[in-house]
Amino acid sequence: MKSRHKKLALIAGALAIIGIIAALVLNALNSNIALYITPTEVAAGKAPKDKLFRIGGLVKEGSIKRQADGVTIAFIITDTEKDILVNYKGILPDLFKEGKGAVAQGKMTADDTFAATEVLAKHDENYMPPEAAKAVDDAQSRAAGKHVSPSSAAEKPKASY
Amino acid sequence: MTDRLNLYRFASPATFYPLAGAMIPYFVAVSVVFGIAGLWLGMLVAPTDFQQGEGYRIIFIHVPASWMSMFIYLIMAFWAAIGLAFNTRLSGMMAQALAPTGALMAFLSLWTGALWGKPMWGTWWVWDARLTSELILLFLYIGYMALTAAIDDARRADKAGGLLLLVGVVNIPIIYFSVQWWNTLHQGSSVNLAKSSMATTMLWGMLLMAMCFWMYSIAMALMRVRTIMLERERHTDWVKAELAHIVAGDEK
Repeated sequence: MKSRHKKLALIAGALAIIGIIAALVLNALNSNIALYITPTEVAAGKAPKDKLFRIGGLVKEGSIKRQADGVTIAFIITDTEKDILVNYKGILPDLFKEGKGAVAQGKMTADDTFAATEVLAKHDENYMPPEAAKAVDDAQSRAAGKHVSPSSAAEKPKASY
Repeated sequence: MTDRLNLYRFASPATFYPLAGAMIPYFVAVSVVFGIAGLWLGMLVAPTDFQQGEGYRIIFIHVPASWMSMFIYLIMAFWAAIGLAFNTRLSGMMAQALAPTGALMAFLSLWTGALWGKPMWGTWWVWDARLTSELILLFLYIGYMALTAAIDDARRADKAGGLLLLVGVVNIPIIYFSVQWWNTLHQGSSVNLAKSSMATTMLWGMLLMAMCFWMYSIAMALMRVRTIMLERERHTDWVKAELAHIVAGDEK
């Protein structure tokens, strides 16, 4: 074996070891790297007590209720299995909509609602013109039957929240 | 019989210097053509997005810059591995020539992302896995440049920098797969080799801009590597001849 081939093998070996170390570290840190936890995880008692944390999921259709003052808002975050009622007072981002992903930071209160101090919209990976989006909506609502409203049919919660 | 195609000839700075010089205008020209086509398609032809309105058009800069920031790092790590294994002079110079462009791309990616994030997400910055690992990439570029600049002996600087590049390469798959592995605020990828969830004109605008950035990066790296070659090889005959040639040219 030539010395340069030996060196190349050494570099490849070192890279493999670094990769394994990184994989182990990331695996150990897994729960800390996640930006938010889901309502199901909250229900399972994984939410920290008396500490700010983030929950994420879809904003449930028809759940947004605005107070008369215009900045106080209540809505439900869902992962389609469990729901959490969120109370928030403040400015909402442009992409915050019913049926879309959102991430809220705050604490659980005594009555099992979530008092948010910050609400962020989570965007999905779909980019299309409005006409195409409408066509997709219509097609999905036709496929889903008459009882589903056009806007809710498009929100099959996949990996997009 | 000559040895196979004689590619090794171009590993010598004396032969690569004029070759790089001859290639630069072509890469610049191609980059400009792709850039004009991409901006025209992206800014004027591509339709408005159904959710984000006009704000989505930042992807025509953001996505190509992000891709290039990761790709350039991989190329630098490749040169670092070649340099450490075969002890070639040119590979260290190539890695150093690429670093500032890579850092620029990582910065552009973070900056345009922040500008987009404020109206769309509601925040400039969030410590999610995608954003944080891209920030680490920017620090790796800056760290590499600082480390190589701090060591006077060029060959030793290449070796130390090369080690840093190779250790840091583990960050690239973390950036790329972060949106799949963890809950992040950053959305999943719209485009990969298998599928695209973008309208066709938007996708083409983005791909043209990516080609523009790619060609630009090559042109910049070639310009920079020529300067590095002249500096490092200043005591050699070919540089002296080259410089004499330039001086003679100026006096005409």
